[in-house]
Amino acid sequence: MKKELKVIGKPIPKHDARMRVTGEAVYGHDIVLPNMLYGAILRTEHPSAILESIDVSAAKKLPGVVCVITAEDVDVNNIGYKRDHPILKKGEVNCTRDEIAAVAAETKEIARQALKLIKVKYKVRKGVYDAFEALKESSPQINKFISGKFDNKNIAETFHYEHGNLEEEKKKSAAIVTRRFTLPRMTHACMATSNITASFNPVDRKLLLYSSTQVPFLYQRDMAHALKMNPSDIRVIQPIIGGGFGSKLDMHPFEPICALLSIKTGRPVQILYSREEEFIASPIRQPMVIDLTAGVDKKGNFTFREINIVKDNGAYTSWGATTPFVIMQAFSSLYKLGACRFDAKAVYTNNIFAGSFRGYGNPQATFALERVIDLLADEIGMDHAEIRLLNANEKGETTGQGLHYETCGHKECLETVISKSHYSKKKALDKGERFKRGIGLASMLHVGGGAKIYRSDGCGTTLKIDPYGYCTIITGSNEIGQGSETVLAMIASEELGIELKKIKVINTDTDIKPWDVGVHASRTSFVAGNSLLGAIKILKEKLNKKAAQLLKADHSEFEYENNQIRSAKTNDSIALDKVVREMHFSEPNELAIASFFYEPSSKFQDKNFKGNVSGTYAFASQSIEVEVDTYTGNVRVLDVYVAQDVGKVLNPLLLDGQIEGGILQGVGYALTEELLMHEGKILNPNFHNYKMLTASDIPNIHFFPIETNDKEGPYGAKGVGEAPLIPTAAAITNAVCNALGVEFVELPLTPERILKAISLNKKNNNHNANPISL
Amino acid sequence: MKRKVKKSKSKVSQLHEVSFTLNGKKVFCKVKSATVLLDLIRDVFELKGTKPGCNEGECGACTVLVDGAPVNSCLFLAINADGKKLTTIEGLMKPDGTLDPVQESLVQNGAVQCGFCTSGMTMTIKALVNKYENIPHVPGEIKSEIPTRDEIKKHLEGNLCRCTGYVKILDAAEKLFSKEE
Repeated sequence: MKKELKVIGKPIPKHDARMRVTGEAVYGHDIVLPNMLYGAILRTEHPSAILESIDVSAAKKLPGVVCVITAEDVDVNNIGYKRDHPILKKGEVNCTRDEIAAVAAETKEIARQALKLIKVKYKVRKGVYDAFEALKESSPQINKFISGKFDNKNIAETFHYEHGNLEEEKKKSAAIVTRRFTLPRMTHACMATSNITASFNPVDRKLLLYSSTQVPFLYQRDMAHALKMNPSDIRVIQPIIGGGFGSKLDMHPFEPICALLSIKTGRPVQILYSREEEFIASPIRQPMVIDLTAGVDKKGNFTFREINIVKDNGAYTSWGATTPFVIMQAFSSLYKLGACRFDAKAVYTNNIFAGSFRGYGNPQATFALERVIDLLADEIGMDHAEIRLLNANEKGETTGQGLHYETCGHKECLETVISKSHYSKKKALDKGERFKRGIGLASMLHVGGGAKIYRSDGCGTTLKIDPYGYCTIITGSNEIGQGSETVLAMIASEELGIELKKIKVINTDTDIKPWDVGVHASRTSFVAGNSLLGAIKILKEKLNKKAAQLLKADHSEFEYENNQIRSAKTNDSIALDKVVREMHFSEPNELAIASFFYEPSSKFQDKNFKGNVSGTYAFASQSIEVEVDTYTGNVRVLDVYVAQDVGKVLNPLLLDGQIEGGILQGVGYALTEELLMHEGKILNPNFHNYKMLTASDIPNIHFFPIETNDKEGPYGAKGVGEAPLIPTAAAITNAVCNALGVEFVELPLTPERILKAISLNKKNNNHNANPISL
Repeated sequence: MKRKVKKSKSKVSQLHEVSFTLNGKKVFCKVKSATVLLDLIRDVFELKGTKPGCNEGECGACTVLVDGAPVNSCLFLAINADGKKLTTIEGLMKPDGTLDPVQESLVQNGAVQCGFCTSGMTMTIKALVNKYENIPHVPGEIKSEIPTRDEIKKHLEGNLCRCTGYVKILDAAEKLFSKEE
């Protein structure tokens, strides 16, 4: 018989919400250390130029300036996973973010003033701002630090994947559709701008960093490599982080720069980005052009997909270049598929480089795929819902790529949103005159149990109970606002019968906590949850032994509730804190501490990208209704029906928050958000012109969690964080296409694009309107 | 932000004495003409709960109450605080740790994720509560004057949040205006 859950599944508010709602939570911006200096960075005026000279003499003389550095003053390694990114640029600049010099001064004002006194002579170059242009023989080599293992000098990274017999599947196809999709730059726009406080101690030569990284242990290693230090001499402490969404997966140049300023001055140094700097110099969702050809047989079964992707890598390689890991999963394994051939390349340009962003390439892939599915259905005269249901993934399936779906809620997600949104009825409705309504469907597949892209996807936990009955969870995982800390406390409360207020979560210090990969791939509750459960099991064995001795019981079945350990046989009980005290103070004198390292059952993929890369997989479907004002081109998202295979609901309140927040980011991606660039410069680096959505823009969200109870997950749960935004832009675009009877192959669907499409459609007056590319 | 750096030869910036009430306490200090309220609160009074989100009046993270009304403290000159009553996020909780109903509602409704917008959101909602509390009504009777969800949305338009999608924040605000006393 399954035990009834007392804490798990309950809508429990966030563990530290009271701290955050009273202004007591300390973010990076709030840190002030004794004798602290303020750092500022001089960035290039031109995206592509030769640096002829840099004169910092006037800046150095400004009273209050303590240190000025350029590339000449530091002995460092390049950063980025390709090690193709110099921290401070020397000889040339290749992108509008490029760091030329940095200043540390007594006040922020003096630091900023000093930057104006630095004289840089540039010899401006033309620059290459288009990835296809960069691939031409005539283009110059943009990044000088690459290995040259690719046949084109501007290729940073390539991915090739295939399964099945493509030619056979093409022959089977009754219809084939080819489209080119173009995806924009979207920025994370975390509410807290990028920040770091570095404190180098000249006595013990150790470096302390208050950093808002999402991946503290990888960061520690990367920082050590950059600065030529021993990783263990670097301690990373995470203050409260004001938003992540993937932006803090890469280490960015400002971080080692701040460390260098601290090392040079022997004083703490803080760098805080302005909002404009945040727009210019923090990462983005990688822009890409996706060429997709897909087929369907006459019964509606998907036959093949052939994909070619060109990603604008910008001037340096970030984790953004590796998004094809995830993109290819969507193309190879979302819906059943006979054959797939996938090629992607990341191409250097003089544009800004990307980073990772919630969904990790999946929103781009899902947009292209789900758009083409509607077109394939139209070609063979099949209903858009029916074709998806026919091809939906199933429990027990192992895909061509080797992803194994031990549980799979795909079909149930689809059925739920189709029925709850009255999809068929709404789709058939008259579209209206000025205000045209439409409805669209899209699904998504994402890793739901971590992703083994490093040699380990593990997480360590140390758990202790003190002599007063309080529990401390020291976890390798970290909190960036998503609420995983709360989920861990709930797990400990559930299993140990300790009330939530007696549970502490320690997760911010690399000197203390055990190893973990970091916050990404929607992995934290899954991996850290399992790790905690492992530690609890070991600790309970110790506690049970002592309890049995104290209760003079001859068995080991005990229950934990209300801070008591109770014999399951005799019903005798003893206070948990008393058991711990007896462990400590009576022989054989041991601590109530346990450690556990959890490694998911997933496999590291082979060089052909095949293998079961995640512990489990998450599925979701969305059915979205929109209304398009054909006079203004404005799109209003009315209702979003979302069903998501979450495995098991651990905390419905926090789950809702992930779903709603994700969907609104997806609506922004679909309709309003684009970082506009012209010849390498950003045209809208502020909230006035970069249109983030406000409270007035929210649709009605109807959420239906689907519980598939995956045996790999803690209590059956799967990762949830990224999924909600992945299919949103696709479903919205399908809805707009349904409303207007025209096609779109680009995002965002701004009023300009909508109006242009409507007017072209009128001109063509053609049922098979061509895709609109503006 | 391309703010012009003041030339060093320009007049020695004059200091102005201002006195005001900060979270119920009388305070006074000397400020430069160009000092904005946000910097005064954070750097001089060391109240770090008010957050700098954009420093250009777009995001609302730095919202404080001046005589009960919400203002972007990044755009409000400190000298204009003279004689006013200021409330920051630190001024809401009672000394015994009891949260203001706005704060409590945000916590209970799951309206807080990363929390960087939360101080500003809290103050903006508090201003709405103040506004409606000032509409006279007979205690014990059903309040006729309460904001609709759309009015609450409109009121919160100046506060950006990247995490929550606003739904839970609106829920929290809406629940503060229950129809019965």
